[in-house]
Amino acid sequence: MSLIDLAAVSFAYGRSRKVLHDIDLRIEAGRNLGIVGESGSGKTTILRLLLGLARPTSGRIAFRGEPLDPRDRLFMRGFRRSVQAVFQDPYSSLDPRQKVADIIAEPLRSLNVDTDIDAAVAEALASVDLPSGAAGRYPHEFSGGQRQRIAIARAIVSQPELVLADEVVSALDLTTRIRIVDLLKSLSERTTLVLVSHDIGFVALLCQDLVILEKGRIVEQGSARNILSAPKHPYTQRLLESTPRLPDFT
Amino acid sequence: MTDATPALSPPSSPRLTPAFVIGATLVGLHVIVGLITLFWAPYDPTAMTGGRLAPPSLAHWAGTDRLGRDLFTEIMVGARIALAVGIGAVAIAATIGVTIGLLAAFASRTVDDVLAATLDILIAFPTLLLAMLIVAASDGASLGTAILAIGIAASSIVARLTRILARRVLAMDYITAARVSGTGWLGIVRIHVLPNIWPTLIVNLALQFGLAVIAEASLSYLGLGAPPPNASWGRLLQEAQATVYTAPFGAVAPGIALVSLVIGLNLFADGLRDVADPTRRRR
Ligand SMILES: Nc1ncnc2c1ncn2[C@@H]1O[C@H](COP(=O)(O)OP(=O)(O)O)[C@@H](O)[C@H]1O
Ligand SMILES: [Mg+2]
Repeated sequence: MSLIDLAAVSFAYGRSRKVLHDIDLRIEAGRNLGIVGESGSGKTTILRLLLGLARPTSGRIAFRGEPLDPRDRLFMRGFRRSVQAVFQDPYSSLDPRQKVADIIAEPLRSLNVDTDIDAAVAEALASVDLPSGAAGRYPHEFSGGQRQRIAIARAIVSQPELVLADEVVSALDLTTRIRIVDLLKSLSERTTLVLVSHDIGFVALLCQDLVILEKGRIVEQGSARNILSAPKHPYTQRLLESTPRLPDFT
Repeated sequence: MTDATPALSPPSSPRLTPAFVIGATLVGLHVIVGLITLFWAPYDPTAMTGGRLAPPSLAHWAGTDRLGRDLFTEIMVGARIALAVGIGAVAIAATIGVTIGLLAAFASRTVDDVLAATLDILIAFPTLLLAMLIVAASDGASLGTAILAIGIAASSIVARLTRILARRVLAMDYITAARVSGTGWLGIVRIHVLPNIWPTLIVNLALQFGLAVIAEASLSYLGLGAPPPNASWGRLLQEAQATVYTAPFGAVAPGIALVSLVIGLNLFADGLRDVADPTRRRR
């Protein structure tokens, strides 16, 4: 089943030149998708479109076959509950004045999810291997890796079908990175992931499918296995060469 | 939990700096004195209770004015006037300023530009000129016109600060996360923007309070403030000016009252910075 479809999507910020050209991609339930490209290639912009935070300049975006319309409140509520996100910077993505419990509970409260909020927060904290005592603390009491876990807990608390993650390990050191990869791997048993990264090695650890983005255009897409073993486009080959060989975690 | 750097430390508690304690004490004294005058004063502030321009004595701690009224009583009542104008003006400035600042922060580029330019013009507008216009447009100078003029003048400064602070918050990823979480604009203001900007805002409002007290004294000095028999420090200073060589004590007491309240408010504001925001405490 396809969760989100992008058809011939182009995008420009305001009146400046286009940063995405003619993007076609499909996100299918149960198949993690990696979007890979160098910095400035348009990865974050695609994510903003997938999240309904920006409207395409041209082309269509559909969620479960229905056009994504930010003005349709009821539709958007279902969409927000099903599609969540984790951001790159674990410092800027958590409100310093909110307690962890309130940070994680925000989607449940804002979307009026009918559930026991305390229990849902405790369960989300357990899922990301944080102690239940973390709920009463503030973000500044946590390290970068722990903060990224809090952000992941917020993204999964509404039990979404799809979690979009923008460069979630880029700001972390190597050992923390490996643990977050493990965590994402266990999460991907329950929810589909879209991982955006400049690091093809990281994405390949978790994704079945890959999309390679260069200057706002898709230059190659297909199964991760095929692309990694036989990259067709020279840009993909360069991306692969620039990635240090990673130990095999599988 | 397995992450490399366990940083679970107890939350730091706010620290009371000497500035805050001194400031709060000075302001607190004025507040207590102002409240006492609601029930009791040494003398009737409008009654002739002694000789004219009598120097300070046991019966009249600050002396008497040219009509023989007790200056200490007038200064006590003046504290109430100063605080009332300060509270009223700051309330107006906070309400108008924060609202306009938030609207500008959320507005489109064009609307924001227009609002920002308007604020810059208003900020350049002297409080005294504004007060004269408001007095001219109403029935004459009163406590209300003074509060309104000072409040409106301060609101442009508060609006500009709110706009800058709110813009900074709105650029953070946690706002994007909130939108993804389905939080609407009002929720974003209530849950994220206001809690993050109020520590800075409250400090500025305390400073505005001090400026409002000075502005009230200036307006009264010029006859644009609360008319007699309201005992304003500014009016006492103005009356003392005529007799400053023969009875200098007339200016001393109201001067001390005014300066001590303003210094108190400034120290209080400065200390508040540390107390209100323990996460960004200066070292
Ligand atoms: N808010 C913005 N306004 C204008 N241009 C932007 C904005 N955000 C990103 N861009 C431009 O869009 C292009 C793609 O950016 P982005 O999607 O952030 O790339 P990536 O996430 O792959 O690094 C870049 O050229 C960037 O300069
Ligand atoms: Mg990016």
